Amino acid sequence: MLTAQPPSARDLARLSDEALLSLVASSDEDALAALYDRFGGVAYGLALRILRDEALAQDAVQDAFLGVWRTADRFLAERAKASTWILTLVHRRAVDLVRREHVRRSEPLEGAPEPAAATSVEDEASLGFRRRVVQEALSQLPPEQRQALELGYYGGLTQSELAERLDQPLGTIKSRMFTGLSRLRDLLDQAGLEGSYP
Amino acid sequence: MPADTHANVAAYALDALDAQDEREFEQHLASCERCRDELAALREAAAGLAYGAADAAPPPELKLRILDQARAERTNVSSLPARRRSWAPLAAAAGLAAAVALGIGVWAGTRSTSDPLASVLAKPGAKLVQLQGHGVVAVAPDGTAAVALSLPRAPAGKTYEAWVMRKGTARPAGIFSGSTVAKLQRSVPRGAVVAVTLEPAGGVDQPTTKPLAATEAVS
Repeated sequence: MLTAQPPSARDLARLSDEALLSLVASSDEDALAALYDRFGGVAYGLALRILRDEALAQDAVQDAFLGVWRTADRFLAERAKASTWILTLVHRRAVDLVRREHVRRSEPLEGAPEPAAATSVEDEASLGFRRRVVQEALSQLPPEQRQALELGYYGGLTQSELAERLDQPLGTIKSRMFTGLSRLRDLLDQAGLEGSYP
Repeated sequence: MPADTHANVAAYALDALDAQDEREFEQHLASCERCRDELAALREAAAGLAYGAADAAPPPELKLRILDQARAERTNVSSLPARRRSWAPLAAAAGLAAAVALGIGVWAGTRSTSDPLASVLAKPGAKLVQLQGHGVVAVAPDGTAAVALSLPRAPAGKTYEAWVMRKGTARPAGIFSGSTVAKLQRSVPRGAVVAVTLEPAGGVDQPTTKPLAATEAVS
């Protein structure tokens, strides 16, 4: 497989996410392809979980990566982790679509699609590790905080939709989201899920 | 209602604000450093949730579609002069406003320390200048600089060489075989231009060819 790639693509595999993004900002297609190879699977899995429709999930991923292509220079000016920025674009796009398309959002916790093969054994192993860390962290949250995060992030519900659905005051939902996400951040930090993409 | 607005930071990080609240929160962000810091941290946690969804293999056509469209857009856009201008003024003056207007959120702090470009950019007042479509140069106020170079592999017997040019003199700043990210081996003072030439392998003391790419003068 490697021999089929041009030399530049092999070189790109050694660069950090942030370095790749800086090359994307100078309109380097190979760098965009390399970023897609790193994050396409996670992005698609996330979009599919939110949208539960393969065609819409593909649209969301496509729009998000073209957003990366068009606005990578703004990322550089803002200085953050590239993975966070990219996955934020994917999430936002998927949520925009789910709200626009009125996709059924009643059971976002169930029916997540089966994991499919990742691009390589190492990728699969590291992604599997990350998934376990995140799921383990979520399981340590109080159930109502976990529910608020999952219905909000994976379900695409706004906090007021959540308040109505759970029959709770808006302030309660806000507080659950804030406390839950802050706690999740601490748990992920402790688990060492920080730093650059492995 | 600033306290209430501040409390929306987590919901904003989760993309869970209603449209009106989202607009208000973005206005609030522009003037609240505490919320910007908090958002940067919470965004990372929210992005962590992305890994909690089952990973799924997208169809191979998706990658091709994305790259095809990106290529088509580049053809349309690359001739516009705006594409070549330095982003530094944007970063300095309008970065925040642009990010807020885009609804992307506001970001602070980089964690990447091994990346030379990121470590230069982490310095206060650092700027980015374009290398005419062949990459970017990051320059900190103390002159430390790093380049992200996007060029095909240099032909056999040749190397790319970076130069810091100022007041009619060119000083060598490093040699590269192709696309890379590297610290420049010479500081870049105000008014200098960073240029890249193709030179004999091993590099030379003075450029022997015309620059393939050069920045504007660093302000």
